[in-house]
Amino acid sequence: MINAVGREIPDEILRMTGKEPFQGNSYKEGVPFRRYAPIIRPVMDNTHNKMVKDIHEALVKCKAHNGMTVSFHHHFREGDLVVCMVMEEIHKMGLKNITLAATSLGKAHDALVPMIEDGTITSIQASGVRGKIGEAISHGKLKNLAIMRSHGGRVRSLVTGETKVDIAFIGAPTADEYGNLRGVGGKSNCGVLSYSHVDGDCAEYVVAITDTLVPFPNFPAHISMTKVDCVCVVDAIGIPEKIATGAAKPTTDQRKLMMAEYCTQVVVNTPYFKDGFSYQTGVGGASIASTISLTKIMEERGIKMGFGVGGMTKPMCDLLDRGLCRVLLDTQAFDLDAVTNILNPKHHRITAGSYANPFNKGAFVNKLDYVILASLEVDVHFNCNVVVGSDGIITGAQGGHPDTAQGAKCTIVICPLLQGRIPAICSEVTTVTTPGESVDIVVTDYGVAVNPNRPDLLKALEEADCVPLKTIEQLRDEAYAITGVPNPVEFGDRIVGIIEARDGTIMDVVREIKD
Amino acid sequence: MEILKPAVAGTLESSDCMVTVEPGQGKVNLDLDSSVMRQFGPQIKKVIAETLARLDVTDVNIRVVDKGALDCTIKARVEAAVYRSNDIRKDIPWGGAIK
Repeated sequence: MINAVGREIPDEILRMTGKEPFQGNSYKEGVPFRRYAPIIRPVMDNTHNKMVKDIHEALVKCKAHNGMTVSFHHHFREGDLVVCMVMEEIHKMGLKNITLAATSLGKAHDALVPMIEDGTITSIQASGVRGKIGEAISHGKLKNLAIMRSHGGRVRSLVTGETKVDIAFIGAPTADEYGNLRGVGGKSNCGVLSYSHVDGDCAEYVVAITDTLVPFPNFPAHISMTKVDCVCVVDAIGIPEKIATGAAKPTTDQRKLMMAEYCTQVVVNTPYFKDGFSYQTGVGGASIASTISLTKIMEERGIKMGFGVGGMTKPMCDLLDRGLCRVLLDTQAFDLDAVTNILNPKHHRITAGSYANPFNKGAFVNKLDYVILASLEVDVHFNCNVVVGSDGIITGAQGGHPDTAQGAKCTIVICPLLQGRIPAICSEVTTVTTPGESVDIVVTDYGVAVNPNRPDLLKALEEADCVPLKTIEQLRDEAYAITGVPNPVEFGDRIVGIIEARDGTIMDVVREIKD
Repeated sequence: MEILKPAVAGTLESSDCMVTVEPGQGKVNLDLDSSVMRQFGPQIKKVIAETLARLDVTDVNIRVVDKGALDCTIKARVEAAVYRSNDIRKDIPWGGAIK
């Protein structure tokens, strides 16, 4: 069946997953459902001991079995040691058919590929997959479908019970012996534990893994002891210098600076730029440069930000420290400044659910005025692809892209016209991850295109005469004139993964690559 | 033009390509490795073949390691490698042989 973004979703996939094709952003608005709740084993005995001597004992106590689903967070980013540590023990125990339900997977997890090949891991659910696991999936090595879902979509999948987690492993920079967990105060700090909050609520067993045991109570707890079954102390849960990989220096790349300037001009010349506006941005060079140049204009005009939300970086923390932003709502620390800035009382931690879950009674993304996003590809329908490389290999993650793009009143995607020889503005993206209906403005180094369904924004930018305005088709034509028209990537028949929309419908499928 | 000795042009930076030429065995023998092979492989081969033909090179082992270079870059790198193999260092007919 052809879905609302024009992608063919084979009936066989719909049958296999029990899912519907994507039918537009508002399809599930107001549709009631009952929240899933896990089985709880009460602890009343005041001598009950949650400490286990190693991961093996935790797995035994939590009834690890063939076919189970285990979950992890990715707050340690490239420096994560927890996923591989736990999976190695599961592998040693000879358990098979494991579903790995991580919030995201990356290069830190390359060592899992042999476990995919030998049938230890047969299903993967994640925001996306970078590194060798992505290549393995694209080459058809994973037995079942990989499911790629946004941060908000993941919370939805747990609270609806679509994904039932048997054991959640929560890497915690500090923990006490009763399972109060914090993202700070230890050796491998990640600032927040936002992504794991839902696992604490929905997993049948919860295991805390820490390298820094602190006296009870570890307070205020980011994840409460009331949700934790076991606490395990290991030598190291993360490599600190790799946790904050986004310690970005301000870029000197003229192309990125130009796009940053266009982006800033777009923000300040659209109607939502007024005192109290809300804003989210990413870690790309252009996004960070744009935040810096936006700061100057905010100071000149005496405009303050109401809130900044999402993954945090130094320029956002600077806004808070200088009194130019009322509060930061943090789901992830991208650099060390963000990790330490969390001590500022106006820098709040929020859960991934309150951030972006489409199936609660309103998430923070719904209150966004502006979100600045990046994309591997944008097509003439304004559809974005942030997961599958132009060569057809899974190489990225949805993150909060579809969540914030839908939520924000003005969604701006920054994308250079060319990524090397690849035209990033193209006729059809390789894989749709964020639907064009969510995307309002595309900023490139060759000009700015406004989605025709936003004539109000186009009018504002035309009147301001601040950036070179082009149609998205013009941009695509300019790109193709420079690079030549690319051959479509040849895929095999087998479908290896699905891109899930926020609401659980199917946005697109990912096929095996043909070698 | 004859390939008199091995010569190299270009780099392995993104958006560039590195071209190595050496005397061949009586024909054009191309070894291409490209980061955009799936999308642009045939186009890159065509540009290299055309450039060699315009330089009248018919006997060469040519290796191109491409990091997503545009056609104009590929042409220039192939041209430079061929001239270097002939020790031609001044009065290079840029755009002369290459239309």
